[in-house]
Amino acid sequence: MKTAFAFLANVGSNPTPSASRKQGGKLKVHEYQAKAILAQYGVPVPRGKVASTPAEARDIATEIGSKVVIKAQVYAGGRGKAGGIKTVNSPEEAEKAAGQLIGARLVTHQTGPEGVPVSKVLVEEASDVARELYLSILVDGASRLPVMMASEAGGMEIEEVAQSAPEKIFRSDIDPAIGFQPFQGRQLAYGMNLDGGQVGEATRLMTNLYKLFIDKDCSLAEINPLVVTADEKLLALDAKLNFDDNALYRHKDVQELQDKEQEEPLEIQAHDWGINNYVKLDGDIGCMVNGAGLAMAVNDLIQYCGGRAANFLDIGTLNNTERVVNSFKIFTADPRIKAVLVNIFGGMARVDVIAKGIVEAYQQMNIPFPVVIRLAGTNLEEGQRILAESGISFIQAKDFYDVADKVVKAAKGVTE
Amino acid sequence: MSILVDGNTRLLVQGITGSEGSFHTQRCIEYGTKVVAGVTPGKGGSQHLNVPVFNTVEKAVAETGANASLMFVPPPFAADGILEATDAGIPLVVCITEGIPVLDMVKVHRYLKGKSTRLVGPNCPGVMSPGKCKAGIMVGGIHLPGNVGVISRSGTLTYDVVSQLTGLRIGQSTCVGIGGDALPGSTFADILELFEADHDTRAVVLIGEIGSTMEQEAAEFINHKMTKPVVAFIAGSTAPPGKRMGHAGAIITGSAGKASEKIKALSQAGAIIAPNPAEVGLTTKKVLESL
Repeated sequence: MKTAFAFLANVGSNPTPSASRKQGGKLKVHEYQAKAILAQYGVPVPRGKVASTPAEARDIATEIGSKVVIKAQVYAGGRGKAGGIKTVNSPEEAEKAAGQLIGARLVTHQTGPEGVPVSKVLVEEASDVARELYLSILVDGASRLPVMMASEAGGMEIEEVAQSAPEKIFRSDIDPAIGFQPFQGRQLAYGMNLDGGQVGEATRLMTNLYKLFIDKDCSLAEINPLVVTADEKLLALDAKLNFDDNALYRHKDVQELQDKEQEEPLEIQAHDWGINNYVKLDGDIGCMVNGAGLAMAVNDLIQYCGGRAANFLDIGTLNNTERVVNSFKIFTADPRIKAVLVNIFGGMARVDVIAKGIVEAYQQMNIPFPVVIRLAGTNLEEGQRILAESGISFIQAKDFYDVADKVVKAAKGVTE
Repeated sequence: MSILVDGNTRLLVQGITGSEGSFHTQRCIEYGTKVVAGVTPGKGGSQHLNVPVFNTVEKAVAETGANASLMFVPPPFAADGILEATDAGIPLVVCITEGIPVLDMVKVHRYLKGKSTRLVGPNCPGVMSPGKCKAGIMVGGIHLPGNVGVISRSGTLTYDVVSQLTGLRIGQSTCVGIGGDALPGSTFADILELFEADHDTRAVVLIGEIGSTMEQEAAEFINHKMTKPVVAFIAGSTAPPGKRMGHAGAIITGSAGKASEKIKALSQAGAIIAPNPAEVGLTTKKVLESL
């Protein structure tokens, strides 16, 4: 096992081994769903149930019969500080607290000022906490292996621990051929300053967590805090599971857990229309590009030229015009858009198909903003002919810089 | 000379009979690549695009002497395809497939340890040595034989950069797309090492992006072992943290994933940073003129 110092050396100059935003996946689930999966795999979680109404929350609190915690179920982190977690002493108080949360919007440091909607709360038995620990599994890009990370500094973000007390983070690379081994569990457990029966208990918990991670194709399994209770039991007090999008085809059960209300509406709409690589940004220039790297570079170039992109959109490889038309539907549905940039370098994607799609979009809807188009690559001549013969009004750009420069001017209402 | 592929490359295509496999194999052949075999389980014994098709990679290698594989196998089966090519002892596997589950790639990397096979990709445009061999899906017409090596995590951005270079009459020795995934088979540092040893490469253009620490590892290599100039551009300066920008690897992880951190590391190591993605060609031209 390596100490945190070795971990930092291993990932180059990375000062913050970010567990909460690791690459490779984006499907998130709510805490109550993550805990249900953990429980299935034998990881101990507090007694509790999810409620959609204040009355349900009261009934669950009555059933638990002691002090309970009411936790807003949102994807965003930072709930505690934002008032999304309340400890109450009676079923009546539980009902009242749930009533304040359900139907409201929670604003945390991870959400925008508009916040995210709360439609469910988790009602849980309050635990008597002696110590707060940290445990997670993710795939490390540098070692290309799953890594179990453990720390006795739980209850805060692991990035902060990595900054302030890196010696308190322990990690153990897991060989996928033989899986997580008991000796690794002991090393990490002693690293967290556990002793006696807790070491065996922690080892079993880690073994189960690894099994879950592999079975469900997680990109992150994080228990923070993992608590030692006053009666010396281990308990996953809060948990986060993220899943690898690429593996969802073999996990229909996980796919069904996604709560679309928690996501950006334009991104959900784009996804439903077959545009999987759409990310909403805060500018006013709509962008349609093929290829993720080119799309990122276009957004950089727009900013270099003095503008701001309203979105990232990689159109991907096309067999038909539908996604091009749908991209324009997204742009016309977005009231912020002042101009649109199209930059296509045909490789897998054919320029003529894109051109046809643009013409169809003009035929199907009113395009109220200027559109700047730059085409290059496979079937360029055919694409240019289609655009020219259609008679649609657009601004032609000759190269990469030109398309960014012209769209920034168009968005500002500058005509040449 | 060039790296990875050249006139002696005998290419095998895994997934040759699929629609993408067919389309791009045809273009590789038109470019002049020697495509000697195809593999599609169940279609062994047939011919496709005038190329003999085999049921297994092992058999295809035994009968044709294939020494590189280009993969178009769909994501659920792609990792298995890489393992099969590795087991058959093929020195180079170029995997185009996008969307392979991360944990499948963890197994692949474990299996590749200690084996002689080099993996490029997945989720990449492939490898191209202009005028000699095209093992990938890149547009053929934009390349020009020459002395600048190109390495990139992106596909279409590389096409743009290559056409900038060609437009300035700067030819390329080899263009390598290492792919946009979180766990690539070959890293920037791996490919830089090959370009450093290649007599026909005078300078290298490196196109990185946000996410991972691969650019920092490249900076280490440049600082300690690279004698040839490296021109770099990092895409994603304006990307918000925590959001995945298309590529599985392109999510900013902690501060090391940021474009600014990568630019800082590369610049300190002596790489020349292009001011924007449209000026990579011009920046390279200036660097070559100063040699």
